[in-house]
Amino acid sequence: MSGIPHDHYEPKTGPERWLHKRLPIVGLLYDTIMIPTPKNLNWMWIWGIILTFCLVLQIATGIVLVMHYTPHVDMAFASVEHIMRDVNGGFMLRYLHANGASLFFVAVYLHIFRGLYYGSYKSPREVTWIIGMLIYLCMMGTAFMGYVLPWGQMSFWGATVITGLFGAIPFIGEPIQTWLLGGPAVDNATLNRFFSLHYLLPFVIAALVAVHIWAFHSTGNNNPTGVDVRRGSKAEAEKDTVPFWPYYVIKDVFALAVILAVFWAIVGFMPNYLGHPDNYIEANPLSTPAHIVPEWYFLPFYAILRAFTSEVWVVQIASAITGGIVDAKFFGVLAMFGAIIAMALAPWLDTSSVRSGKYRPQFKWWFWLLVIDFIALMWLGAMPAEEPYASFSLIGAAYWFGYFFVILPLLGVFEKPLPQPATIEEDFEAHYGKSSEKGATSATPAE
Amino acid sequence: MFRKLALSTAVALGLATGGAFAAGEGGHVEDYDFSFEGPFGTYDQMQLQRGLQIYTEVCSACHGLRYVPFRTLGDEGGPQFPEDQVRAYAAQNFEVYDEELEDFRPAIPTDHFPANTSVGAPDLSLMAKARAGFHGPYGTGLSQLFNGMGGAEYIASILTGYTGETKEEAGTTFYENHAFSTGWISMAPPLAGEDVEFADGHPNELHHEAQDIAAFLMWAAEPKMMARKHAGFVGVVFLTLLSVLLYLTNKRIWRPIKHKDA
Repeated sequence: MSGIPHDHYEPKTGPERWLHKRLPIVGLLYDTIMIPTPKNLNWMWIWGIILTFCLVLQIATGIVLVMHYTPHVDMAFASVEHIMRDVNGGFMLRYLHANGASLFFVAVYLHIFRGLYYGSYKSPREVTWIIGMLIYLCMMGTAFMGYVLPWGQMSFWGATVITGLFGAIPFIGEPIQTWLLGGPAVDNATLNRFFSLHYLLPFVIAALVAVHIWAFHSTGNNNPTGVDVRRGSKAEAEKDTVPFWPYYVIKDVFALAVILAVFWAIVGFMPNYLGHPDNYIEANPLSTPAHIVPEWYFLPFYAILRAFTSEVWVVQIASAITGGIVDAKFFGVLAMFGAIIAMALAPWLDTSSVRSGKYRPQFKWWFWLLVIDFIALMWLGAMPAEEPYASFSLIGAAYWFGYFFVILPLLGVFEKPLPQPATIEEDFEAHYGKSSEKGATSATPAE
Repeated sequence: MFRKLALSTAVALGLATGGAFAAGEGGHVEDYDFSFEGPFGTYDQMQLQRGLQIYTEVCSACHGLRYVPFRTLGDEGGPQFPEDQVRAYAAQNFEVYDEELEDFRPAIPTDHFPANTSVGAPDLSLMAKARAGFHGPYGTGLSQLFNGMGGAEYIASILTGYTGETKEEAGTTFYENHAFSTGWISMAPPLAGEDVEFADGHPNELHHEAQDIAAFLMWAAEPKMMARKHAGFVGVVFLTLLSVLLYLTNKRIWRPIKHKDA
């Protein structure tokens, strides 16, 4: 599958040859699992496996939860309590599923920021990056609709606020909102379609994950140096890589076990920490909760949405130019989706020929500032829409766009990169010592 | 919508930054010590039984407990009454409407506690999870990592937070309460201390009663807490051991790659 030369599956027995001729599925699995992988991958390369695990966990727990859940405005809340109180192990299933969404987003954010730092989005991996962004969008849609299903106060009002964003689109917004909701307001029709889509989207994600993996198996993995694996011959490639099995499978499974231990502690000891107390109150269209906040993983983009109020000059200019068609609300919606689109465009906005941030002395600073910006926006998203938070949000949003549309394009021109290692092998040996030299000089074996 | 949002979040900030409170301000939640706090905390069976007694004799007059089945009063990790006592308790204290009989009949263990919406009082089944006592610092909620969510603390604080002042607005009487977010609550003080006589002679001062009912409502909201913590503990131990084994496996597998001479 990958362009890196390596051994392929050879059917040896009669039945194997018979099957291989008709359906080379064993060969496909073999090539996938034995793919030559750069041997210098660090611990930030574990998140892909964690994410795959999360998807499986969510689908597995979700399928069982569906067996006991009732998607109806009069029964949904009670059916969740039925799961919590009467279904065998139901409380664990639900807490695993609810906190599993958080683990999913922790992992995806670390995965995305890893890609941003090591330039994993750059040529030739743009398609992998774009597919990844689509997966991320689907995850957000799935998580949002899943949060509506328990039909608590935050479910209902969260759904009202977020679908209201579509209502901000000029002219066609309100019909679109009505079409999405299946009526003039969030009601049984909304709950039913969200339930249907919440069940569908994970399988769309699974398909996209397959394409995502296919894409980077075609180009080969990126690695912390950003230097390409040598592909001249099999012997040369083997100096830079190890097969995925067993080296990275065991490493990733070890990382997964550590992360699951922490995850399990959260589920077992503080399962409601990441949730919102208001969602233990049944949805009531007549009573608005004191504090409508999205789940933590939406907060950075929610902060960007709210940052652009009618007092901001760019909003005023946009409004003046378009004759009031682009108002503050619609501008906020554009900014929120624009923030994600900016990220998706990174492969074309970054002009530097050097992939890894390791060898980009100035980029590093801007990158870590982006990470701080993201965390700050997450905090600001949970704060009330008033001063000084509104101004901070605006600064945070400005930096987010500035990073992608100004800093990334300019850095490639002005930055003087540091020397990169010639090969992955060189980088690896710089860490662990040259094999031959070490064998000759060390008196005692490494044991 | 956003103005409403701003307004509502401002109210919540008031709740979040509580602490310094003057007359008329609220949101002060006392950090009571409960037996069920922390990873190894368990419910105090006797306390849950006392709390049930308070609920039955006081709270149930206005508040329902519609998601809690009577049978769970006998469950492990709860008040854990013997089966015959659960049966007697349900039959003696509550009547439920039976659709087949088209009439009310004494409750049996498979029934739920009745819903009670007669005076607009909220159902208490999930109250201990539907309120958070702690929000700080700076609205991040990080204090919940150390103090817990504070639902039970919130309930106990409300019950002990009355100052005795009242005011009337639009025909409704409000009672001043330090723990309530706005400082004025429409619920009249339900407990004054010594409202209930416990069979075992346990103290029944107001703060004792408040903590007992808060503990009972925590159980009502999270009846499987002890089973959950047990599963959590077993899982963490198992996964830690697995991590150690996988760590060693990983080291062993990579050794020839990292140290070619070994």
